[in-house]
Amino acid sequence: MKILNWAAAGVALLSLAACAPSTAPSASGGDEKSGTLRVWLFDEPNRAPKEKVVAEAIKEFTAANAGVKVEITYIPTTPARHEKFKGAFNDPASAPDVAEYGNTDLAEYAAAGGFADLSADLQAWPEGKDVGADLLKSATVDGKVYGLPWYIGIRALYYRTDVFEELGLKPPATLEQLTKSAREIRKKKPDLYGLAVGGEYTFGALPFVWDAGGDIETLNSPEARKGVQAYTDLLSDDNCPPQACASLTGGKTVELFASGKAAMGILGNFSRAAVDAGAAAGKYAVVPLPGSKEGSIAPAFSGGNNLGVMKNSQHRSLAVKFMELLGGKAYQTKMYEAMGNLPTLTSARDELAAKDSFLKPFLDTVAAGTRFVPIDPAWVKIDNQKVIPTMLQKIATKQATVEQATDEAATAVKAAFGRS
Amino acid sequence: MTTVTTAPADPGIRVRRAASRKGGGLRPWLYLLPSAAVLLPLFGYPIYMLGLLSVFDYRQAQVSGGQPTSFVGFGNYATLLGDGRFWSVLAQTLGFAAALVVATLAVGAALAVVLTKAGRIPRLLLSLAAMAAWAAPAITGSTVWLFLFDADLGLVNQVLGIEGFNWFYDRWVTFGVVGATVVWHSFPFVMVTLYAGIQAIPGSVLEAASLDGASAWHTFWRVIVPMLRPLITIVVIQSIIWDFKIFTQIYVMTNGGGIAGQNSVLNVYAYQTAFGSSEYGLGSAIGVIMTLILLVITLFYIRALYRSGEKL
Repeated sequence: MKILNWAAAGVALLSLAACAPSTAPSASGGDEKSGTLRVWLFDEPNRAPKEKVVAEAIKEFTAANAGVKVEITYIPTTPARHEKFKGAFNDPASAPDVAEYGNTDLAEYAAAGGFADLSADLQAWPEGKDVGADLLKSATVDGKVYGLPWYIGIRALYYRTDVFEELGLKPPATLEQLTKSAREIRKKKPDLYGLAVGGEYTFGALPFVWDAGGDIETLNSPEARKGVQAYTDLLSDDNCPPQACASLTGGKTVELFASGKAAMGILGNFSRAAVDAGAAAGKYAVVPLPGSKEGSIAPAFSGGNNLGVMKNSQHRSLAVKFMELLGGKAYQTKMYEAMGNLPTLTSARDELAAKDSFLKPFLDTVAAGTRFVPIDPAWVKIDNQKVIPTMLQKIATKQATVEQATDEAATAVKAAFGRS
Repeated sequence: MTTVTTAPADPGIRVRRAASRKGGGLRPWLYLLPSAAVLLPLFGYPIYMLGLLSVFDYRQAQVSGGQPTSFVGFGNYATLLGDGRFWSVLAQTLGFAAALVVATLAVGAALAVVLTKAGRIPRLLLSLAAMAAWAAPAITGSTVWLFLFDADLGLVNQVLGIEGFNWFYDRWVTFGVVGATVVWHSFPFVMVTLYAGIQAIPGSVLEAASLDGASAWHTFWRVIVPMLRPLITIVVIQSIIWDFKIFTQIYVMTNGGGIAGQNSVLNVYAYQTAFGSSEYGLGSAIGVIMTLILLVITLFYIRALYRSGEKL
């Protein structure tokens, strides 16, 4: 009896409170011309130079806008960033006005309705036309531009000049030559990995898939399978044993190359400082990652960060102004000099290329055409569920064949798109 | 033996009976009121919210107001139960938790007996070591063990002379190392509880057993274990709950589920679903299912225990 009573009471309580779970108040921005402008930027392993450039920008900004203070907060790039941004969308009181964010996260943030549409602002901005069309696309969802591309990161093939010279090898011109050289190096120098590859290095594997004609949405197509096969073939004892390499992330392959344990690596322009600080310093060169055809370049992923203005910002025009200052040519160039961040403005990039030959292979890669992940909230899901790493690891550890693993991954990708 | 096992339980039963005879049905509830006032808001509300979220299509877009929230009934549960990955992770979690409970109890009980037999100094050292393991936060302990088993620089590989061996490559080896870490974290509670229990057993009982010619092995299984039954119940239920909900060690040591997710457990899976993929509704459904499983296991265990208690 008693149990029945309690159950009844429970039901009554439930029906009292059974309204939908709460949602955040709908965002309403403002346009105050004074006060504190809050800015979120990403923390970096070596933040001091970034901080210095940003401080300069703040000085210039506050001198031009009396009565305005700029407050910078550095937020982590780890997955914790998602929590920070979600918190900012849910609670306008703790949200910034301007924020730096990774362009792969954009679709999810746009779907959540967190960022303001800047299409008109960027069109009115003289320097706006200088942003490449490919890049602007990576900041656009459903025809609306949600940010100013601030800098990009491009990956290319780093190789050890001393090892290549000793073994009489030439920098590879095709993917086939690349795998052949990698195996030869491993054979003749068993202490070295030929090409550092990782089972969790999504953006190292994708160029192989793209070059073969596949894509993330069609992972089980014959073309994509060819690319997946080419990459996972490298995750074997004759190049990079799965025991050691199956769980490597992109960052770990940088460590391997920098510490001199790998003869080649697929590293970004942003990894230069890390390599220069390691054992490989001064003994390496960079070429674009070759494609399967002689002289072609495998399409690289154009990762990078954008600057956006929050929808619920109370200082909309000030925020846009600050974004345009920090994302303008002068400060993009300064950021390159400080951090090695590749500018998004074509004219700034061209000027730097003329000055610094290190950039050439990366810019050649950009010129050959870059690719991007699907601009859809589904990508965040695919990324978080580790769909592509799981596929690579299953093949590398022989838990599944290329056919099985790619079928499974394609199903997961489809499911991610289906529910969003 | 019958008298031995029921004797400690007897006074409690008598008190309970007396209370219900005198104060009617109300008084026990009155006594429960203070703890209920604390526990209900602290546990009731989150569980209520968990259940509520689990019947809604509730993702990031809904939380921040970009899209309207919609009621999907048992849709999230249907998605989950139709997902092969959920079932394999569930089976894996149950197996891993069962092995951990057995291992923790075996290690804890063995060391509790060792404590009673050891001299003063060894006992002190063992207690200190156990307390240190107990006091170490799960994330710290996991990180330290991770370093110990590091492929290139780890102490274990250097001592064994197998540098480069990756302990986190094979599924079962990984579970072994992570399991050892979990047991290391949780055996002190078992050990201390059982040690206290053994200390409370009257010396005369053990003396009588040895006079009857019982070996140490027999004394343990036939005298100590039955007398410790109430304590063992608590320890087992605690261990089941802890080990079923295991999260930190797996998350830290296998980088969120190991190679191709082969070492994932239910709690890590729920976290990745709810917070990684921002599927709060679906994640809540996993939480509800976990709660139900734990309730069922615990209820069955308590019932089984009372039954066998009556028989004895």
